Amino acid sequence: MAAPEITAPLTEKVAAVQHGLQAHSDGGSAFVPVQTRSERFTSTSPDDFAEVTGLEFEWKFAPLAKLKHLTAESVDGSPVAFSYTESGGATVDWIDRTNALVGSAGAPEERASANAWASVEKALHIKVTGEDGAETVVRRDRFDGSPRGAHIVIEAVPNSKGTVILEQSGDANLTENVEIVVGANAQLTVVTVQEWNDSAIHLSSHFARVGRDASLKHVIVSLGGSVVRINPSIHLVEQGASIDSFGLYFADAGQYFEQRPYIDHVAANTRSRVNYKGALQGEGAHTVWVGDVLIGPHADGTDSYEQNRNLVLSEGTRADSIPNLEIETGNIMGAGHASSTGRFDDEQLFYLQSRGISEEEARRLVVRGFLAEIIQQIGSESLEARLSEAIEAELVASQAV
Amino acid sequence: MSVLKIEDLRVSVETEQGTKQILRGVDLTIGEGETHAIMGPNGSGKSTLAYAIAGHPKYHVEGGSVTLDGVEMLDKTVDERARAGLFLAMQYPVEIPGVSVSNFLRTAKTAIDGEAPAIRGWIKDLDASMQALRMDKSFRERNVNEGFSGGEKKRNEILQLELLKPKFAVLDETDSGLDVDALKIVSEGVNRAKQNTGLGVLLITHYNRILRYVKPDFVHVFVAGKVAEQGGPELAVRLENEGYDRFLETANVE
Repeated sequence: MAAPEITAPLTEKVAAVQHGLQAHSDGGSAFVPVQTRSERFTSTSPDDFAEVTGLEFEWKFAPLAKLKHLTAESVDGSPVAFSYTESGGATVDWIDRTNALVGSAGAPEERASANAWASVEKALHIKVTGEDGAETVVRRDRFDGSPRGAHIVIEAVPNSKGTVILEQSGDANLTENVEIVVGANAQLTVVTVQEWNDSAIHLSSHFARVGRDASLKHVIVSLGGSVVRINPSIHLVEQGASIDSFGLYFADAGQYFEQRPYIDHVAANTRSRVNYKGALQGEGAHTVWVGDVLIGPHADGTDSYEQNRNLVLSEGTRADSIPNLEIETGNIMGAGHASSTGRFDDEQLFYLQSRGISEEEARRLVVRGFLAEIIQQIGSESLEARLSEAIEAELVASQAV
Repeated sequence: MSVLKIEDLRVSVETEQGTKQILRGVDLTIGEGETHAIMGPNGSGKSTLAYAIAGHPKYHVEGGSVTLDGVEMLDKTVDERARAGLFLAMQYPVEIPGVSVSNFLRTAKTAIDGEAPAIRGWIKDLDASMQALRMDKSFRERNVNEGFSGGEKKRNEILQLELLKPKFAVLDETDSGLDVDALKIVSEGVNRAKQNTGLGVLLITHYNRILRYVKPDFVHVFVAGKVAEQGGPELAVRLENEGYDRFLETANVE
């Protein structure tokens, strides 16, 4: 069976009266939705998906030539060594693909994801059991550039509280699936940091299932790599589930960073906040953000807001930003979205310069400030400090332009 | 003795209707420690004068000069002018998301002085100035002007004036929108700066009210992009009573 082909953006489908009377600027108003997001085809077998042509909405922005092999050819799914810091609050182990946890948070919606799924024999299982918020850092820096598939399951047992940080650097030619299972009343933070080498290709589908009264904070930080695409599908399946979905990306010349957060409000009284911020600098820097929020027919009392803001620092960049909101119940607390892509605010620069601060430093201050909003949300002091420095380095490196 | 000298300053802006002349030959000389009030009706070019001195890119200088102690300012960048000793207290200070007041002030002070201030003395100065302006310490960690009330924004401007210690400050309607308590606090800050550093002030205002607290040495009436009349403090009182009608009639005849 072939996946339904989606050639137009999923447009906002408003069944209820709460949201937007005016047409939206993303041009979607001319289209009729092909399907609701929850009806999208899923399969763990790559052959169930048609060959990727680049016309699919799922792939239309991506530089296909650089990544098509990860959708079309078999990849090596054997375990690759990693290192991690023990926190006492979590265990890290390989589990068999037949383990019931594998597949418990979602299933592939596109071919690269299915290709990874089919390739692996084992999944890396990070199990958070502590209740004191301990931080576990898993370092993945030993991929060698050959085509790889991988699978990670991050599990927070009921009532646990902890932070899992995936720090990724070095070479990568990787397609993978990351499942996140948040048990009842648990509080989990997952941060994935991409500081890959310039040639790295990284396609990652995240699937999260957030349980009753549980909360997940999911943070994507993409700073390095040739193609980095991280698509989190977050399912709020039980009452009181909550997601804070944050993203921060800084694309330099030639870099392609994509993220498509999908928030699926299934149960009543669920809450979501989506906030992604990006900076683009240099010829060919390209970022894509597609934010889907689906408020299902039983998700009464949903409280939801999504936004994406991009700061364009030079000519020759491209930022695609598409928010989609589907509401299938009339009884919600709130649902909103915002998207903006802009250059420097000249008035901000003037204000800073009029206090003696050089233009160069004023620009740095403004960008730092713009991205700080996300960094401050991470909640790990050491990582916040390190990321601030990494962004500083990006700014200094790009200042030459 | 520092002197800020404005000579035959002519400035235009681009509008949808084309180039518009705003300043038509402004002459003003401000000496160290002097306070000059500039009063005038809406649209007379008062704010344009303020922004042109500071170097806002929107305003095009067509001719004339602005010199600080004999050095031409008009060919300098905005930040160079600030480092030379000019300061503009803005009517509508801009919000800078993600940049704390404390970080901003330290960065500005470092830029103006050419070196980072010694930590202990700096914190002491900052605390003292904030206390004098009745600003809670929590302001230090807030983002610049973000969520500030109108009065808080103006106090933040005067805080910068006190800490950066410029030679000359242009206050662009700093009194607008302030209640009398806030006006007194802000005026005291200006007077402290004058006393401590011999600051020269170009005080742009609509109202006579602030002149009760910041005493002007000279009052200039600004009409149609130039100084139409000048005098002492008594001129401000007369304007308050009579309005600008007699100047506007003259301007219209021209």
